[in-house]
Amino acid sequence: MMHPPSQVSSQTLWMLAVRDRRDRAAFAAMFDHFAPRLKGFIMRSGTGSGQAEEIVQDVMLTVWRKAAQFDPARAQVSAWIYQIARNRQIDVIRKENRPLPEELGEAPEAEPDASQVLALEQEAAQLQQALARLKPDQREIIERAYLGELTHQEISTQTGLPLGTIKSRIRLGLERLRHELKELR
Amino acid sequence: MTAITHHTPDALLAAYATGSLPHAYALVVAAHISLCLECRAAYEAHQAGGGAVLEVVEAEAVSGGLKSRVFDLLDAPYTPQPTFSRSGVYPGPIMEALKGKPPSWKSLGLGVRQSILSSGREGSARLLCIPPGQAVPDHSHNGLELTLVLQGSFSDSTGHFGVGDLEIADQDLVHTPTADPGAPCICLAATDAPLRFRSLVPRILQPLFRI
Repeated sequence: MMHPPSQVSSQTLWMLAVRDRRDRAAFAAMFDHFAPRLKGFIMRSGTGSGQAEEIVQDVMLTVWRKAAQFDPARAQVSAWIYQIARNRQIDVIRKENRPLPEELGEAPEAEPDASQVLALEQEAAQLQQALARLKPDQREIIERAYLGELTHQEISTQTGLPLGTIKSRIRLGLERLRHELKELR
Repeated sequence: MTAITHHTPDALLAAYATGSLPHAYALVVAAHISLCLECRAAYEAHQAGGGAVLEVVEAEAVSGGLKSRVFDLLDAPYTPQPTFSRSGVYPGPIMEALKGKPPSWKSLGLGVRQSILSSGREGSARLLCIPPGQAVPDHSHNGLELTLVLQGSFSDSTGHFGVGDLEIADQDLVHTPTADPGAPCICLAATDAPLRFRSLVPRILQPLFRI
């Protein structure tokens, strides 16, 4: 049994160093952690090694270029990179730009609310534990869903992960951001 | 602004987050999330689910040169994708589908106008503008129909839909959405059937097709 984290994860610290200081050593650590996972993730859906690496390259460059949009009060690094990777995969496969929601605005550069960031990390750790505790066939279905291997009709008949508490936590982060953006105006 | 009461169901948000929704539906969900903090939180929760899977997926070693190729490109100039922000009642994703221009409305008769955003094998997305008191013209659909209100409101047998509300109609729902009094009702509607040009279908056959 994993213990909930008592401090901010390495991934988040690397990402904040990239965002706030354009720290290349931190980016190298992120590359070493995420590039092989991204490649495995992309190849799972049948993409060949060469094209998968092209997508990994695009995703990692997007992480570097859009770092200012990363908000640790709303998203774990893995969640943020997951969505960048899925967007890129879909754009490559369908040769069209996937419709994306409006950005709320860039997270203010001020110190993030440490208690909110930590609470979100704890929720994310619990989510991973929940995934690990599932029976293999249930876990397989959830993995396939998030890998993009299920159609929307198939997803509508599957039960998903317990996301209620992390959703409430993200909602707090969103409300905080909306409040700060209002004050900036 | 009134509160949004008809949200995107969780399964649809999951399908959107995982990238398995056809383009026309994805456009409606992206537009709804742009208007609805509640559904944005649920969408980002699904990203957390995806992140959890990304952390445990079996890794594949990357080739030796990839890291240096990425580092060589960090300072290279690049052209960012254009971003589209909200304009009037149209959220960013709709402005992107409109290529940043105002809708080009075409009359459907009885004061109803439409502007087609996309139409293909996977489905179609269009804007509809309905004068107050007018019913949406005959719009039978084969599968799922998503309708997002952008201005004004409409009502049908299932309820009342104001700005930001999303109606989900499956093929079993026979409904006659009617625009409420006030401003014309502007909606974004997506179906999974390609657009059919109803004028080519003899009217007498239409009731048969509806069954």
